[in-house]
Amino acid sequence: MKKTLWAGVLSLLLPMAGFAGEYNLTVDRVEIDTGDFVKKGIGYNGKSPGPILRFKEGEEVTINVTNNLKEMTSIHWHGLILPFEQDGVPGITFPGIKPGETFTYNFPIIQSGTYWFHSHSGFQEPDGAYGAIIIEPKGREPFRYDREYVIQLADSHPHSGDRIMRNFKIMPDYYNREQQTVGEFFSDVSKDGFLNTVKDRLAWGDMRMMKADVEDLQGFTALINGKGPKQNWTGIFEPGERIRLRFINSSAMTYFDIRIPGLEMTVVQADGNNVQPVNVDEFRISVAETYDVIVRPKNNQAYTIFAESMGRSAYARATLTPEEGMEAAVPKLRKPARLTMADMGSMHGMDHGSMDHGSMNNGNMNESDVMPDMDHSKMKGMDHSNMDHGSMMMPEGGASDPFYAKGSGLIPSAANGGKFLSYADLKAQRPLYDEREPTREIELRLTGNMERYIWSINDVKYEDAEPIRLQYGERVRFKFVNETMMAHPMHLHGMWSILDVGEGQWNPIKHTISVQPGTTVYMETEVDAPGQWAFHCHLSYHMAAGMFAKVIVEGGPEPDQAVLSDLPLGNGGEL
Amino acid sequence: MATALSTSMLPTLASAQERMLDNTQRKQPLKVWGARFKELEYRYSDNDEELGVWDADFFYGTDALKFRLLTSGEYSIDGQAYEKLENQLVGQVPISTFFDVQAGIRVDTPEGPDRTYAVLGITGLAPQWFEVDASVYVSKGGKASAELDASYELLLTNYWILIASLDTTVAFNEDKEIGVGKGLVSSEVGLRLSYDLIDRTLSPYIGVVHERKYGDTAALSRTAGSSTEDWFAVVGARLIF
Repeated sequence: MKKTLWAGVLSLLLPMAGFAGEYNLTVDRVEIDTGDFVKKGIGYNGKSPGPILRFKEGEEVTINVTNNLKEMTSIHWHGLILPFEQDGVPGITFPGIKPGETFTYNFPIIQSGTYWFHSHSGFQEPDGAYGAIIIEPKGREPFRYDREYVIQLADSHPHSGDRIMRNFKIMPDYYNREQQTVGEFFSDVSKDGFLNTVKDRLAWGDMRMMKADVEDLQGFTALINGKGPKQNWTGIFEPGERIRLRFINSSAMTYFDIRIPGLEMTVVQADGNNVQPVNVDEFRISVAETYDVIVRPKNNQAYTIFAESMGRSAYARATLTPEEGMEAAVPKLRKPARLTMADMGSMHGMDHGSMDHGSMNNGNMNESDVMPDMDHSKMKGMDHSNMDHGSMMMPEGGASDPFYAKGSGLIPSAANGGKFLSYADLKAQRPLYDEREPTREIELRLTGNMERYIWSINDVKYEDAEPIRLQYGERVRFKFVNETMMAHPMHLHGMWSILDVGEGQWNPIKHTISVQPGTTVYMETEVDAPGQWAFHCHLSYHMAAGMFAKVIVEGGPEPDQAVLSDLPLGNGGEL
Repeated sequence: MATALSTSMLPTLASAQERMLDNTQRKQPLKVWGARFKELEYRYSDNDEELGVWDADFFYGTDALKFRLLTSGEYSIDGQAYEKLENQLVGQVPISTFFDVQAGIRVDTPEGPDRTYAVLGITGLAPQWFEVDASVYVSKGGKASAELDASYELLLTNYWILIASLDTTVAFNEDKEIGVGKGLVSSEVGLRLSYDLIDRTLSPYIGVVHERKYGDTAALSRTAGSSTEDWFAVVGARLIF
């Protein structure tokens, strides 16, 4: 006891850089109780979610991961910049961790912020293998807070990941219980008229696409820090305190729209990197993203953290309260979103009458190319009401967001009519790289076939795809063209994804970029990490169905040879 | 494939470019199996005939190639005999976004003479959400016939589903021995109301089915003393697992 105390004092006296920390994680079969059902899943140190790992910038971490499962496992440190052999993707960066084996990760922590970790093997992550990472910065943070909580979201499903994947393959709408019904037909008739409704149904029927195809996977219980809505995870505060909430979306498939009725949220960080503060009433978090917000509840009352799934099939709920036992009202779910023809993007124009069905698989039609055409100087004031997005195409409420197709059915709007965060609002607090022209552009069309539950990049599934080769030292501009009717959170491992919001050097630095249906989004990457890396859609079942690529960074400093020689070429492991 | 080959042949050169090969499941085609009973039901006809009927499908394979066992039959509870018993084993490959082509064999072993056919068909989703299966059969004796199966699901709610189905057969050659005349042979029209009780695994239903024989086939049926038109009340379940 005394020793630890002294060690603690000593560590405070020691300079920050160059110290080391050792951590132990076991990967275990665990029981997950969501309040709605109990399932067998996978967790860390006997629990799902796993522990919150707290690192310090400048620390050299050693993490011993012991696999207590009967199958291979792995841990990927999502968003961390590290040598590729430490990245934890079986088959790409290391062979994986065999049953009974302890694998030791060892890498320096060269960043700060909110991140997370998860298994990259099979469907272990949807089955519960995830946890949070908090990295304390070396220097002072540009915002103050008195208290902090991790708010880690997940979509726990009674079915195992393997079974869900199989059901998707047998019947892509297996889990979709928000499909259009006879009742909706009649309510649309009374709203839009009989002829328009019939035309609308015929247009979608002709494409064999569903307006209701927003959430592939339904029937899950949405969790916050492992607790279902009935179990109500609760965080305590003193009125007047500033609370930092570190939101992490560790769902397999679910985007969430998050609000705390009665509290304004100041977004200060996205994907671990500080952004210029933005006050919002609500924000959408795509799968694998993180957002840090600061709230300041002044009243002696409870507040509900309400996270509705984008498809409105479920919600996660937690409570912030000055004293244990207090609760606030839980809002009702809003109506399920419906896709519009705008979400068909490059596949279809807005004009139902002139649809050319011969060109369905042809990505060369004019997509809604949001970035180059936008005048971002007009967005400085963040007053979107001044922006002309073609008011004729607006859905009800007139919401708009340059990162959604014009007239998209997915454009979010705040429940209280206030400010909803857009990617366009994100500006880096501090640029990480000098601004320079990209050396080249790589187009990645996000493609798929919903009826076959095939997801791919440039129409090629990972199993048939050649790796993407990048040269060390170049700056690549990636052009994502989403040709599908679903949103895809694209995650590049090992190197930052600088999202082009038209702010030049202030473009936000992210690790996961959500590309909405029918849109084109650009990001730039400084290729500064040798080795090979995974690059994929972070929706677990899209990734497994083929929306995955391997990136090889050629040239650059040779990674640690000793570690490399431990990597047998082509050593098999689990997915 | 070419990359895999060159890498294994030239390990030193390859390691400079590709540091390790992905031999995980992720890089393999996803193999999937499934089983589905579109119909598993008890039928009671307007002339008091009782039948046990099924129409099922078992598959295993990848996006590129699936093997499918299609089985359907009608068992007469009074006669204690299979009035119809068809088994097909086909290979299935995609030919377009929404359609697959199937080829294989069909073996019919009901009460009475057996038949073996070569099968060529397409299966898929037609515009406006019609599930369509169309097959051509050629028997060992060189007799050809064709079958069209179409169904449509109307969602009354997201759990109550009304399923309309149509199954018609046309024969290009007469096969008197099994009671098939040339021309339009028969049709079966069904309307079933189902409820998804456990996910989509178990969906019990009730419904009506109308069976009719036409032309020469009807004549052959009359000669044999059988009916040419039947109404059935049905109760059963759809299964997916």
